Amino acid sequence: MDAASIGWLALPLAILGGAIRVSTPFIFVSIGELITEKSGRINLGLEGTLMLGAMAGYAISYLSGSPWLGVLSAGLAGMAFGLLHGLLCSVKRVNDTAIGISLIVLGTGLAFFLGKPLIEPKAPPLPSIALGFWSSVPQVRAALDVNALFFVGIALAFAVYVFLNRTGWGLMLRTVGDSEDAARALGFPVLRVRIVATMAGGFLAGIGGSFLSLSYPGSWSEGLSSGQGIMAVALVIFARWRSINALGASLLFGGAGALGPALQGVGVTGYYYLFNAAPYILTLAIMVASTSRAAPFADAPGELKLHR
Amino acid sequence: MSSISGIESVPSKPLVTASQLSVALPVLAVLLASAIFAAFVALYGQNPATVFGLIVQGGFGSSFAWQDTLSRAAPLVLVGLAVAIPAQAGLVIIGGEGALVLGGLAGAVVTLPFAGAHALPMQLLMLLAGGLIGGLWFGLAGVLRQFRGVNETISSLLLSYIGIAVFHHLTEGMLRDPASLDKPSTHPIDPSYMLPTLPGVGVHAGLAVSLLLAIAAHVVLRYTRWGFALRVVGGSARVARMIGLAVNRWIIGASVVAGGMAGIAGAIEVAAVQGTANSSLIVGYGYSGILVAFLARHQPLAIVAVALLIGGMQASASLLQRRLGLPDATMLVFQGLIFICVLVADAIAQQLRETTRR
Repeated sequence: MDAASIGWLALPLAILGGAIRVSTPFIFVSIGELITEKSGRINLGLEGTLMLGAMAGYAISYLSGSPWLGVLSAGLAGMAFGLLHGLLCSVKRVNDTAIGISLIVLGTGLAFFLGKPLIEPKAPPLPSIALGFWSSVPQVRAALDVNALFFVGIALAFAVYVFLNRTGWGLMLRTVGDSEDAARALGFPVLRVRIVATMAGGFLAGIGGSFLSLSYPGSWSEGLSSGQGIMAVALVIFARWRSINALGASLLFGGAGALGPALQGVGVTGYYYLFNAAPYILTLAIMVASTSRAAPFADAPGELKLHR
Repeated sequence: MSSISGIESVPSKPLVTASQLSVALPVLAVLLASAIFAAFVALYGQNPATVFGLIVQGGFGSSFAWQDTLSRAAPLVLVGLAVAIPAQAGLVIIGGEGALVLGGLAGAVVTLPFAGAHALPMQLLMLLAGGLIGGLWFGLAGVLRQFRGVNETISSLLLSYIGIAVFHHLTEGMLRDPASLDKPSTHPIDPSYMLPTLPGVGVHAGLAVSLLLAIAAHVVLRYTRWGFALRVVGGSARVARMIGLAVNRWIIGASVVAGGMAGIAGAIEVAAVQGTANSSLIVGYGYSGILVAFLARHQPLAIVAVALLIGGMQASASLLQRRLGLPDATMLVFQGLIFICVLVADAIAQQLRETTRR
C-alpha cells in the first residue's frame, strides 16, 4: 500500500504522528519552566539546558549502550544547570533575564564543545511502542509508533497538577511564587524552594533535550534545537501557568510544527519555511488575542517579574 | 523602591569608593571568568597560557587580526545598540536576529531594479531599506506591548523566529537567484554598489557607519531631552504620563529606532561582506548583541569597546581551531563565563552602592 491508496487521510495521519513526536520535548521543557515560574523565578536559559541535555544524553547512550541511562544523565546535566541558575539568581539585584541568556550561551557552548566528537558515531536510540500494530497501513503504523517518553510526559503533566494543587510541598511552592512576604511569614525557606524548583525545571528540560538527540530527530548535531527551550517561556504564558494546559499547548505546538513536514510529505513544498514558523505565529497570535492591556498576566505567580 | 531589610551595620568610612568599585568589580569578574576558562581548557589537555596567547594573537595580534576583529565588531555595535536603546525605556527586546536578517534581505533587493546608478545614493538606499524593515519588525513588538500588553521580550523572540522563516521562504523562493545552486541567495548586488574599504584601515565603511551611530546614540541619550524623556519613561510610566510624556510614542519610537539599528547591521553585512542575502547572515549576531549590550551596561560608547572585545574573541576562534584543534564553541564557553561573572559582579556592585549610600 502507498500514500495514494489512503488518499487525503495521509495528511492528518502525518500531522498526528508529527504532533506526537514534535510535542514531546515541548511537554518536558514547558512543564519544567512552569515549575520554576511557579516559584516566582523565570529561567530564560532552558535553551542552553536543552542542548546540554541533548548532548549529554547522546554521549552517555553512546558510551554505555543504554539510552535510558542517557536520559537520566541528560536530566542530571540539566539539573546541574538549574542549580547554577538558581544560585546565580539568588544574588540580590541580579538580572534574571540576562542570567538566562548567559546560560544559553554557556550551555550551547559547552554542548557544542563537548559534543564535537559525537557528530559521527551512532548512539542507541530510545525504543518506541508500536501502537499501530493492528493496522496494515504503513502510514498508520508510522504515525502510531510512539516513544515511551511521550507517555511519561503526559503522566508528568497530571502528576505536576496533583503535586501543585494537592500536596503540602506544592502549596509551599505556590506560596513562595505568589508572595515572598507571606512565605517568609509562614517560615518557608524561600531561596531553597526557588533553587530546588529551578533544578527540577532544569532536570525536565534536560530530558526534553535527550528526546531530541535520542528519538526525534535522533542524532546529535549543532542545529538540533529549533528554539524549543526559548519557546517554553511563551508556552507557559500561553498555558496560564497550568500544567494540564501546558500539555495541551505542547500538543498544539507539536501539531503546528508538524504541519510543514507533513505537507512536504504529500508534495506541498511551496511554503515549507512559513509552515515551520507556524508554532511561533500561533503563539504570538494567541498571546495577542488572550492578553489585555489592563491585566496582562492575571494568572501569573505574584512574584514573577515579567514586566519591569 | 528601596528595602531596608537585611542591613545590620553601615560602614562609617568605606575603604574604596563606589566609583572605584564599579570599575574594579567587572575587571575582577573578567579575571575570574578567565581563571575558570583556563581550568576548563587545562582539563581538556591544553596549556592555558598557549590558549590565551592565541586568543590575543588571533584577535589583536596583527593587522590582519585587527581587520577581522573590526569587521566583526561593526555589526556587534549595532545589534548591541538595538538592545541598549530600548533598555533605556525599560524594555528588554532581544530578537535582534530577525530584524538583522530581514534588514539584510531588504538591503539586498532594494537596489536590484537600478542598474548603473551612482554608488552613494544606492548605498544609502540599502542602509535606509534595512533600517526601515528592521524598525518595522521591532516596532511591532513595541505596539503589541503598549496596546495588547504582550511581553516584549517574548514577542520579539517569536518575531525573530518568524523573521528568519520569512527570510528563508523568500531567499529560497520568490527572491532566489536561480544561479545560486548549493547556497540559496538573492541576486547579487551590483559590485560597484558595495560599501568601500576605509582607506588606511582595510575595513569596510560599515564600521564607520556603526561608530557614527554609536556616537549619535551616546549624544542623544546623554545630552538631549529625548534621552532624558526615555529614561523617565523607563523609570516609571506613571510619572512620565504625569509630566505629559506620550508614553506609547516613546516606547514604540525607541523600539523602531532599535530595530532600525539591527536592520542596518544586516544591510551592512550584505552591502559590505556578502553581496547577496543568504544564510550566512544567520550566524547569531543578534544574540551576541544581547551579550554586548548587557556587558556594556547599555552605554553606547562602552558598547563599542565591548564589541571590539567580543569581536576579537570571535575572530580568534579560527586560530584556536587551526593550531590546537579546539572547536569553534570554545569561545562560546568563554563568552558565557564572562557574561555570567560580569552580571553577578554588577549585581554585587549595585548592592554595595546602595549600602554605602545609606
